[in-house]
Amino acid sequence: MTIESPPTAVEHCDVLIIGAGPAGMAAALAAAASGARIVIIDDNPAPGGQIWRDGPGAHLPPQALRMREALTRCANVRLLCGTRVVSLAGAGALLLEDSKQGWVQRYDKLILCTGARELLLPFPGWTLPGVTGAGGLQALVKTGLPVEGERIVIAGSGPLLLVAAATARQAGARVLRIAEQAGLRAVAGFAAQLLRWPGKATQALGLANARYRTGTHVVSAQGAGRVESVRLRHAGRETEIACDRVACGFGLVPNTELGRLLGCALTSAGGGVQALAVNSLQATSVTGVYAAGECTGIGGSERALAQGRIAGLAAVQGSAAAHAHMPERAHWQSFADQLHRHFILPPSLKTLARPDTLVCRCEDVPQAALTGCSNWTEAKLHTRCGMGACQGRVCGAAAHFLFGWTPPAPRPPLSPARIATLASTALLPGHDGLP
Amino acid sequence: MKTPDTVTLHVNGRPLSVKAGTSVAAALRIADAPRMGMGMGMGMGMARRSVQGEARAPFCGMGICQECRVDIDGRRRLACQTHCEDGMVVEAAA
Repeated sequence: MTIESPPTAVEHCDVLIIGAGPAGMAAALAAAASGARIVIIDDNPAPGGQIWRDGPGAHLPPQALRMREALTRCANVRLLCGTRVVSLAGAGALLLEDSKQGWVQRYDKLILCTGARELLLPFPGWTLPGVTGAGGLQALVKTGLPVEGERIVIAGSGPLLLVAAATARQAGARVLRIAEQAGLRAVAGFAAQLLRWPGKATQALGLANARYRTGTHVVSAQGAGRVESVRLRHAGRETEIACDRVACGFGLVPNTELGRLLGCALTSAGGGVQALAVNSLQATSVTGVYAAGECTGIGGSERALAQGRIAGLAAVQGSAAAHAHMPERAHWQSFADQLHRHFILPPSLKTLARPDTLVCRCEDVPQAALTGCSNWTEAKLHTRCGMGACQGRVCGAAAHFLFGWTPPAPRPPLSPARIATLASTALLPGHDGLP
Repeated sequence: MKTPDTVTLHVNGRPLSVKAGTSVAAALRIADAPRMGMGMGMGMGMARRSVQGEARAPFCGMGICQECRVDIDGRRRLACQTHCEDGMVVEAAA
């Protein structure tokens, strides 16, 4: 890895990797041995993705540190943090932007490791300061959010709730309750299966928490300008718990926006989510574009590492070298399948939002305004739902669950960008993908 | 107190020292903590006001929801994806 002077307007590399989480780092390291010129970008200030996010409140596992060090030793790998994709910039090129400038990055092969985000479902009070995602709380604590002495209730679904609770407790918070919507049978069934993945079973034992309740879901958060309490429902009974924070996430949703913009086909993946479709070599439906990790379906970091290695090798050497990692990928895919089988979201969660609950946080669109709409296009035209700064990333995934609407087609710019960056490609011949 | 492990920035006009590697999202909360209980939305690190004027604080923590966008050195950036740096000037909504 080399420290770069400011890039010129057009850069070229052999392999461009989007996302420096486990999949992206594994892809870069696997491809690096070939000597290919590799650029790996990430919109966060440091590599690691969500699971290996670094910061004053983070405790990175040895594997994450080893991989980071290995990357820095690769002279043919440039890691560009704080860098995001703005749009396409013609065939084999993307328009990128960091905190200072925009530029066009050309590539021969592209590997999408864009990860996943939380499924954040609207419930009364979810816009109050003090409400975060469950993984969101973990991410904020890792980067130094002080929660010492705070009373926190964690709710939603999936193993991430226990991981978030452990991070909050390590940081000195009092985790009063962990509310898992899945019932006891489902969670016990999942736990029983864990013996097939001994590392996961050990991890689960370490995360066991007496405050964990199954069959329990959030009803509302309330407070004057900030969270002061949360209401939870279990077996038809509601209880109110005084607290300072509510961290609520209902599992993960693949980040497919860039892939879709490139024309990559989607597939219905475990947990009922739309993911980038890939073949056995992690190749998408678009020639020269590969995908690995959570953007191809939710499966955890071990699966992402195996997929990343396969994608990295396939991109530079073809199929022979990649085959060696396929059994490992299959082993972790079956773990992912168990996860999806046991943490299914029931239709009853569709009624969490009340008529006056905001569904679109960017444009303050209440649920009542959407009930008359029959699809995304209508909702956007009539209510501005999904037309704010997040471009429907939060409410689009929520509306997919609540109303069954197909998430909005991504449009450039993929994230709010500076005018100077957008203007820089207008000068290039043959550019496309800009509004 | 300035040490090699801390950085000093300005948040809403006041100097603040935090551990190196701290996100601006965390700094908003640290700077705001003394105002806890002093009024609507105060104390939890408000970043912006919504279309209807509600206080909003960092929410998704991973650069997706855009709730934590604030003015950093004159540019609109996401607080959760920005490290605090020496001399940085951060302005959140009032």
